[in-house]
Amino acid sequence: MALYSEKVMDHFRNPRNVGVIEDADGVGEVGNAKCGDIMKIYLKIDDDIITDVKFETFGCGSAIASSSMATELIKGKPVAEAMELTNKAVAEALDGLPDYKMHCSVLAEEAIKNALDDYYAKKSQNNN
Amino acid sequence: MKIYADNAATTRMSRAAIDAMMPYIEEYYGNPSSLYSFGQQAKEALESARETVAKCIGAQPREILFTSGGSEADNQAILSAAALGKKAGKTHIISDAIEHHAVLHTLKKLEKEGFEVTYLPVGTDGIVKVEDLEAAIREDTCLVTVMYANNEIGTIQPIKEIGKICREKKILFHTDAVQAVGHIPVNVESEYIDMLSSSAHKFHGPKGVGFLYARKGIRLTNLIEGGAQERGRRAGTENVPGIVAMAAALKESVEKIGENVKHAAALRDKLIAGLAGIPHSALNGDAVKRLPSNVSFCFEGIEGESLLLLLDDKGICASSGSACTSGSLDPSHVLLAIGRVHDVAHGSLRLTLGDDATEEEVDYIIQSVREVVEYLRGFSPVWRDLCAGKTEFIL
Repeated sequence: MALYSEKVMDHFRNPRNVGVIEDADGVGEVGNAKCGDIMKIYLKIDDDIITDVKFETFGCGSAIASSSMATELIKGKPVAEAMELTNKAVAEALDGLPDYKMHCSVLAEEAIKNALDDYYAKKSQNNN
Repeated sequence: MKIYADNAATTRMSRAAIDAMMPYIEEYYGNPSSLYSFGQQAKEALESARETVAKCIGAQPREILFTSGGSEADNQAILSAAALGKKAGKTHIISDAIEHHAVLHTLKKLEKEGFEVTYLPVGTDGIVKVEDLEAAIREDTCLVTVMYANNEIGTIQPIKEIGKICREKKILFHTDAVQAVGHIPVNVESEYIDMLSSSAHKFHGPKGVGFLYARKGIRLTNLIEGGAQERGRRAGTENVPGIVAMAAALKESVEKIGENVKHAAALRDKLIAGLAGIPHSALNGDAVKRLPSNVSFCFEGIEGESLLLLLDDKGICASSGSACTSGSLDPSHVLLAIGRVHDVAHGSLRLTLGDDATEEEVDYIIQSVREVVEYLRGFSPVWRDLCAGKTEFIL
């Protein structure tokens, strides 16, 4: 039995959407280095559709894989749908995570919600 | 390339150990407690192994008790000393912050039973200060337990000095020598050691076997009750094949100690120099007073588990003291004790070379670690903030 599923290892070894969006419409960052996990998500949003998403992660294999999978799950989706993303959906899409690594999927969910909150905050500021 | 660089975790069994063990699996399977000659053959092998082991550490055969490994030996040594102390009204124990959990958890148990434990700090060099020990000794101190060499950062403690002080003060001194025996010269007599724990699989013997040395006259407390094996101090039919193999492995390791130390230390220093070339990295623990095979580093801006997984993809077996590899939220207590902050301790890597390691392997390890650290830093938000000057580099 390997530590992680093949899906986790695939997303860890070949993470999707790695990088930074300089003129992002929403940026979210969660975790802290003290605990050993930090995720940062950058969103590009057009007409309430997530047209691009990038991430940077400091963390273990499952943290990197969770970030990668979470970005895949929301790419091209309407923001309202992305807001519904759960950590469970991230973990399931990865064919499961070990129990003590579930918090990595929680961080991924929170990072995305954080980025969306940032987007909404910026949007309402612009509207005002 | 496939490189096993985790010899502090376990080692490959030596040919000598396997060859010594086989006859006691295939042919001489008698029970050493049986009185017929077939059983007595096993008994003779057992006692001959005891002599060999004793000789390797400068002890008497009757001072060697075979156990299931280092953890059992640590438990029995500490609980025995505590029981003797309690009888004499002494319930203070001195240990240190970087012990193995086999020692720390046993001490925790004793603390719940009313013992008071002083944990000596270590400096950034990962070494206990003898002055601190002297200052911590009290009238009611019944035991000092300080490891010979650390399993994570490889630092070697001033065992002889500690032993001498304890002997003068008539305090029992135990050392967890699991990482030292078979790797560096150890002598219980000249180093004033009262009790010592060791484990066979760390020096090319089999897993599940070890021994406790207890100086003559120290009454041990049984952890396992039953038959009268091991002079009544450890019940259960002896693991004859394992014990015979342990003795053969230890004998060979001790015979080769001089050349092994020289070979390993040269490669260790090459590896340290190579890894130190990676920006914002640091060696953990003293560069000189460390095991000849141990290299422990912290790399800023990355996390240890992802480093290990990617090194595994490159064929390198290593370990880390990051929280993610320990299954807890905190990184290694050893790294924290030498003053590494959490952020940095998460990015740790331990490489422990084998006796048969080569220069080519060391070159490959240096190149691989460099690549993986660079790659992971490439998408680490921590590294980005460090480089952008938003946070300050620690290393």
